[in-house]
Amino acid sequence: MRRLLNATVLIEILRPLGQIAVFVAGAGLILSALMLGMAVLLRGSTVDATTMKNYGVDLFTYTLVNLPQVLIDGVTIGFVYAAIALGYTMVYGVLEFINFAHSEIFAIGAFVGVEVLIALDNSGRLDGIPYTMAYFWLFLAVLAAMVAAGATAVAMERIAYRPLRGAPRLVPLISAIGVSFFLQDAIRLIESLTTGQFHRIIPTFGNFDQQISLASLYIVGTKIDLVMQVKSVIVIVSAIVMVVGLNYLVNATKLGKAIRSVAQDRVTANLMGINVNRIIAMTFLIGGTLGGAAGVLFALKFTRIDPFVGFFPGLKAFTAAVLGGIGNITGALLGGLVLGMLETFSGSYLSVFTMGAFGAEYKDILAFAILILVLIFRPSGLLGEQVGQKA
Amino acid sequence: MSLLELENVHSYYGHIHALQGISLRVEEGEIVTLIGANGAGKSTTLRTISGLIKPRHGSVRLKGQDITGLPPHQIVELGVGHVPEGRGIFPRLTVRENLEMGAYTIQDRAEVARRMEFVFGIFPRLKERINQKGGTLSGGEQQMLATARGLMLKPHILLMDEPSMGLAPVLVEAIFEVIKTLNQQEGTTILLVEQNALMALSVAHRGYVLQIGNIVLDDTAENLKKNEMVRAAYLGVK
Ligand SMILES: Nc1ncnc2c1ncn2[C@@H]1O[C@H](COP(=O)(O)OP(=O)(O)O)[C@@H](O)[C@H]1O
Ligand SMILES: [Mg+2]
Repeated sequence: MRRLLNATVLIEILRPLGQIAVFVAGAGLILSALMLGMAVLLRGSTVDATTMKNYGVDLFTYTLVNLPQVLIDGVTIGFVYAAIALGYTMVYGVLEFINFAHSEIFAIGAFVGVEVLIALDNSGRLDGIPYTMAYFWLFLAVLAAMVAAGATAVAMERIAYRPLRGAPRLVPLISAIGVSFFLQDAIRLIESLTTGQFHRIIPTFGNFDQQISLASLYIVGTKIDLVMQVKSVIVIVSAIVMVVGLNYLVNATKLGKAIRSVAQDRVTANLMGINVNRIIAMTFLIGGTLGGAAGVLFALKFTRIDPFVGFFPGLKAFTAAVLGGIGNITGALLGGLVLGMLETFSGSYLSVFTMGAFGAEYKDILAFAILILVLIFRPSGLLGEQVGQKA
Repeated sequence: MSLLELENVHSYYGHIHALQGISLRVEEGEIVTLIGANGAGKSTTLRTISGLIKPRHGSVRLKGQDITGLPPHQIVELGVGHVPEGRGIFPRLTVRENLEMGAYTIQDRAEVARRMEFVFGIFPRLKERINQKGGTLSGGEQQMLATARGLMLKPHILLMDEPSMGLAPVLVEAIFEVIKTLNQQEGTTILLVEQNALMALSVAHRGYVLQIGNIVLDDTAENLKKNEMVRAAYLGVK
C-alpha cells in the first residue's frame, strides 16, 4: 500500500514535468520552424535586403542567430503568465466565475515582496551578504507576499463574492471589477502615504542580475553566447515548483479531491459532508498565494512596479488561461507558455519581418488578438476541460 | 426515542409551499418508504432532513437532537447519508474517488479502506470499474456507485431518493435486493423515496403517502398494499 502510494506521488510529480517539457519543446519548435520558414520564403525579397542593410546578415541568419535567446526569454515570461493563470483557472473551475481582481492580488504580492526587501535593504541586511543569505531573504519576501496575497484573496471572496453567490453571473463579475479598482487605489493610497511614491524598485542584491553562460554556439559561422540571467532561472524554477505542487495538491490530496467535487457538483459535494464554503475559500487561498508569489517573481524580473503593475500581466495571464482552456490547470500552463513565447517572438521578429512598420510594442496587441480569436473560434481553449478534470 | 423525527415541517422554494406540515418518524433498523406522485414533495422532504433546505417551521430531530437548520455537511457528520435524486455522481472523478468522497468525514484511512472493501463486497462490479470515471458508467452502474457512496459513511440512516429511476427492471430488482440485504444484515436504517410504490412497499416495514406537500396516509407496508386508495393511485390496480 505504501509503495503504491509513493508510485502515485511520483506519477503526480513526473506527469506535469513531462507536460512542461512537451509544451516548451513543442511550442518552441513550432514557432522556430515558422519563423525560419518565413525567412526562407522571403529569401531575396526586400525584407531580406533590408535586413542585410541594417544588420549585415541575411534574414535567415538573423532569425536563426537570435532564436535561442528569444526562446529562453519566451519561456521565462511564459512561466510568469502560467503562474498567474493558475489563479484564474482554479477559481473559474470551481465557481465558473472570472476573478478580474486576481491581477490586483498579483500586484499586492509584488508590493509586499518588494517592500519587505526594501525594508531589509534599508536596515542594511542586504549589504554584501553571501548568496545563500540573499536567497533566504528572497524566499522570505516571496513567503510574505504569498501570505498577504492569499489573505486578501480569501477576504475578497468572503466580502465581495460570497454574498452574491446565486445572483446572475454578471453580478459577481461587476463586483470583481469593483474590487479590482478598489485594490489598485488602496495600494496607491498606502504607497503614497507611507513612501510618498507610486512606484517601487526592487533592491539589487545577491547574484540575481548576473548572467549565466549556458553555452556557446556556432551558427552559420557566427558565435553566439547563450546567456540567461540568474533571476530568469529563479522565475522558471519557482514557476515549475508551483505548477507541480498545485497539480499534486489537486490530483492527489483529499483537499484536491474535495475541490474537484465542489467544481463538478456543489450540492452533492455538500451531501458528502464537504463544507463547500470552506473549499471555495481554500480555492481562493491557493490561487491567491500562487498569484502573490508570481508578483514577486515578476518584480524580480522586471525590477519596477507600480499600483497598476497587475493590469497587463493579469490580462495576459487571463488570455493564457482562456487559450489553454479556462478551468484546466494543464491548460493554464500550456496557454502561459504559448502566449509568453508568441509574445517574445513577435517582440523580437515583428519589426524585422515588417521592415520596421510594426515594432515590438505591437506584441501586447497580439495577446488580445489571440484572446478574441480563441473566444470566437474555440471558446473552450486548446485543452478545454475543467479543473474537475483530472489533468 | 425515534432515530429520525420530523414534526410539522414546512418547507418553501421561494413562494412555493412545498411541504405543508410534514410529521413522520423512522425507528432504528426500519425501512420506511415515502410514496407519492411526481411533485408531491418527496425529494423536498429528504432535502429538508439533510439540511439542503431550511424549513420555515417545524423541527427535524436525529436521536432526539434538534438538527433543524444545521448546514448539510454537519448533518452528514452526524451520520445521515443521502443518495440524491438523479444520483449525483461526480462525472470526472474515478469510481474510487467518488467512493472516497462518500467517506469524506472519516479521517481514519484504514477505516475508509475497510468501507471500500465492504461496498465492493456488495457491488463487485464497481471494483472492476475502480479507475474508470464516474461519467463513463452505465445508468445501473451509476446507481450502484451512488448507493455505495452513500454507504461509505456507515450512516445511521440512509436517505435514498428514487434509486430505481431510469433503470431496467432487472436492475431495479437488484437494487431493491441490496436495500433489503443492507437492512437485514447490516441493520442500516433506510428512508426510501420511490415512485415505484409496489417495489418500495414490498421491501419496507412502514410507509407514508404524500400528496401535494401533505401526508395523507401512514401505515405498515402490508396495510398500505391493501389500501384501496393506494392501490388505485399508486399501484395501478383498478
Ligand atoms: N428547485 C426548485 N425550485 C422551485 N420549486 C421546486 C424546486 N424543486 C421542487 N420544487 C417544487 O416543489 C414541489 C415538490 O417537489 P419535489 O419534492 O421535487 O417532488 P417529488 O420529489 O415528490 O417529485 C413541486 O411542486 C416542485 O415543482
Ligand atoms: Mg423527487
